[in-house]
Amino acid sequence: MRRYRRLGAVLLVAALATSACGRDPDKRDSDKKAGDTTGVTDTSIKVGGTFPLTGVAAPGYSEIPKGIKAYFDYVNAQGGVHGRKIQWTVKDDGYNPTQTSAVTNELVLKDKVFAMLGSLGTPTHEAVVDFLNDNKVPDIFVSSGSVAWGDDPDKYPWTFGWQTDYESEGKVIGQYIADNMPDAKIGLFLQDDDFGASGEAGLRKYVDKQIVEVQKYTPGGTDVTPQVAALKASGADLVVGFNVPSYTALTQLVSLKVGYKPQWFYSNVGSDPTLVGALLANFSKGAVSNGASLLDGVMSTAYLPGVDQPDNPWVTLYQKVWDANGEGGPLTNYLVYGMSEAYTFVQALQAAGQDLTREGLVDALASDGGDFKGPTYGPFRYSDDSHLGTSGFQVVKLAGGATQPLTDVLTTDIGDADIEKYDGEPATPPSNGIPK
Amino acid sequence: MSTLAVRSAALWRVPLLRHVVLGLVGLTVMLFVLGSLSPFRDAQLATMAYLAIAAGGLTVLTGFSGQLSLGHGAFLAVGAYTTAVLLEDGDPPFPLVGVMVAAVVVTVAVGAVVGIAAARLHGPYVAGATLALAVAVPSLARYLDGLGQEQGLHVRVPDVPTWFDDTVWMITGADVDPTSYVAYLGWTALVVTYVLLANLMRSRVGRTWRALSNDDVAAEIAGVRLGRARVLAFVVSTAAAGLAGSLMAMAVRVTSPSGFSVDLSVTLLSAIVLGGLGTLSGALIGSALLTFLPQAVTSWGTSAGLSDVRAAELAPVAYGLIMIAVVLLAPAGIVGSLRRVWWRRRGIA
Repeated sequence: MRRYRRLGAVLLVAALATSACGRDPDKRDSDKKAGDTTGVTDTSIKVGGTFPLTGVAAPGYSEIPKGIKAYFDYVNAQGGVHGRKIQWTVKDDGYNPTQTSAVTNELVLKDKVFAMLGSLGTPTHEAVVDFLNDNKVPDIFVSSGSVAWGDDPDKYPWTFGWQTDYESEGKVIGQYIADNMPDAKIGLFLQDDDFGASGEAGLRKYVDKQIVEVQKYTPGGTDVTPQVAALKASGADLVVGFNVPSYTALTQLVSLKVGYKPQWFYSNVGSDPTLVGALLANFSKGAVSNGASLLDGVMSTAYLPGVDQPDNPWVTLYQKVWDANGEGGPLTNYLVYGMSEAYTFVQALQAAGQDLTREGLVDALASDGGDFKGPTYGPFRYSDDSHLGTSGFQVVKLAGGATQPLTDVLTTDIGDADIEKYDGEPATPPSNGIPK
Repeated sequence: MSTLAVRSAALWRVPLLRHVVLGLVGLTVMLFVLGSLSPFRDAQLATMAYLAIAAGGLTVLTGFSGQLSLGHGAFLAVGAYTTAVLLEDGDPPFPLVGVMVAAVVVTVAVGAVVGIAAARLHGPYVAGATLALAVAVPSLARYLDGLGQEQGLHVRVPDVPTWFDDTVWMITGADVDPTSYVAYLGWTALVVTYVLLANLMRSRVGRTWRALSNDDVAAEIAGVRLGRARVLAFVVSTAAAGLAGSLMAMAVRVTSPSGFSVDLSVTLLSAIVLGGLGTLSGALIGSALLTFLPQAVTSWGTSAGLSDVRAAELAPVAYGLIMIAVVLLAPAGIVGSLRRVWWRRRGIA
């Protein structure tokens, strides 16, 4: 009995001791003065991101954070940005929104990162976008083409997109088809979510009357025979696919099997020849070994130079960065993507100046981001009214694992914006490889 | 003094009193612990709370009444989607407790229907039927327009009520931020659920469940109505799953199909096997492992000099190894083995 009495006394003392401390009325407002410098010291900046490092989405995507790390290491080796070294932390969410939420809590609440960078995926990032904006954490360059990352800066003032959005891509593809293949009967092969829906909305602005069949798939299933058979039966001779790489491989395999040979036009996301080639070899259990060349003649769009252009000054730079700071292995388009995001992030840090705050970074992106010159073919759309990423596309044709441009660089925007030829000169990287 | 000790020891043997006292102690400790920890730890504890509620419900069904459910994630999904629909604009039609009750009611309705079907099945067929459910429910959510498809629905937890913030501050001296608020809700729900479940398992109903899981023919001869007892176990278990789903929606802040894959159901099952089948303390320990182990192993890996990717791969490896070790060395689970040691010490076994 005495034991319990002692426990009671301890609890009582603890209660008295804690409630004796006065409530500080200013506590909640103290962060708001003079800007938030969480995660920033005179010598370091903590930056974090969430990616699928394990699980089905990991192949390909898990290389993006490695690219980001290699470029940051390269910058740090030359003294960092304004004397600050960038500390990059990546957390695995396995492409599961529940995990994204848990590891984002860890990055923001425990590791106290200054900003999130490049966090990947539409459904995964949906889980944390409210949390990041409520906590006023810069949510920079979400690795996904959903228009949700930037079409409404009033709703999500702290979130910025980076890559081209799916709706604009649909418009560019639609206009190309309307101009160059006006007699084509179009079948659509769409992922049954925001990705496919945005692409379809863009396409229908130009080729609504040419579309003869729409087939959708749910990510997770591996049998696309019914969809391909329906496309074949409809007589479509041009199939536009807004799908992820594994479904490019699956549709190619099934159409080989059923003898369906339309012109294929895949969105940028689903058209990486190296990854699709490897997937084809894997899915066909080795029966298809020349996977990359199976994609010869397939059309797509590009907004960033790829490893098939080793003479491009950006790719040369990235090769140098990867050789010096990478983990070995060849340079891939996913590494290029990560390094390009990191390059734009360093541009934003430079623009935010010596006195780095969370507010300062976001303001600098909104005011100066539209003028950033970088590896992307077109300019960024960053302004007070839009946080959407780059908008410069080139329609391309794949041949021998490389891309051949079919058009000039075209820029557009979501909604009714026209598609225009981009007049700007392609930018070249500064000699030391670090933006000023 | 000694008569008081004897009398209180006698009272301690009354399950209802004991459970309520333990519950009250739990609530008090929770108040101080959640108040003194960082928001990140509170968020982890919120995760543990919803996992523990779901695992507790699964313990009743699988550990206690002997029906193997491979599809409990589906019931969590029903609870979570009910909550998400009600909280989508952050302005629910009734107070938050009402939202949680609504989630429980809807899930129980679904659980009763499934339970009636499952009561006619035996052993592996129950597992098969529930597994089908775990695959079907998320796909249904992908298909229906109103449920946000692949992106899912955003969940906005309403602001922390002023009275709650002030009360907690009076007692612990800590402010309640939105992350901690969900942890408070979760742990209160956890304590209430466990007190109710513990009483139920000690009652007549619990004894019939135990009887039918040991030998259903003998139980039937002894007068247990098998079908009714099985359906009741399903209903109780899904009520817990619905509550867990509701809290999960609030803790994760989004409800989307990919959060409720078959993985979730199997993970829950592994938690109760790991902790100790058939005991609530086992369910609690199992869910604590699920919550804290991956993050602890990953940060250990990073501090040991592994790259972020390698460290991330370490977590499933560690969990798998622990699972193998428990099944090989302590087949009764962590709690079961500890209990056996305790009994042996006291010369009972």
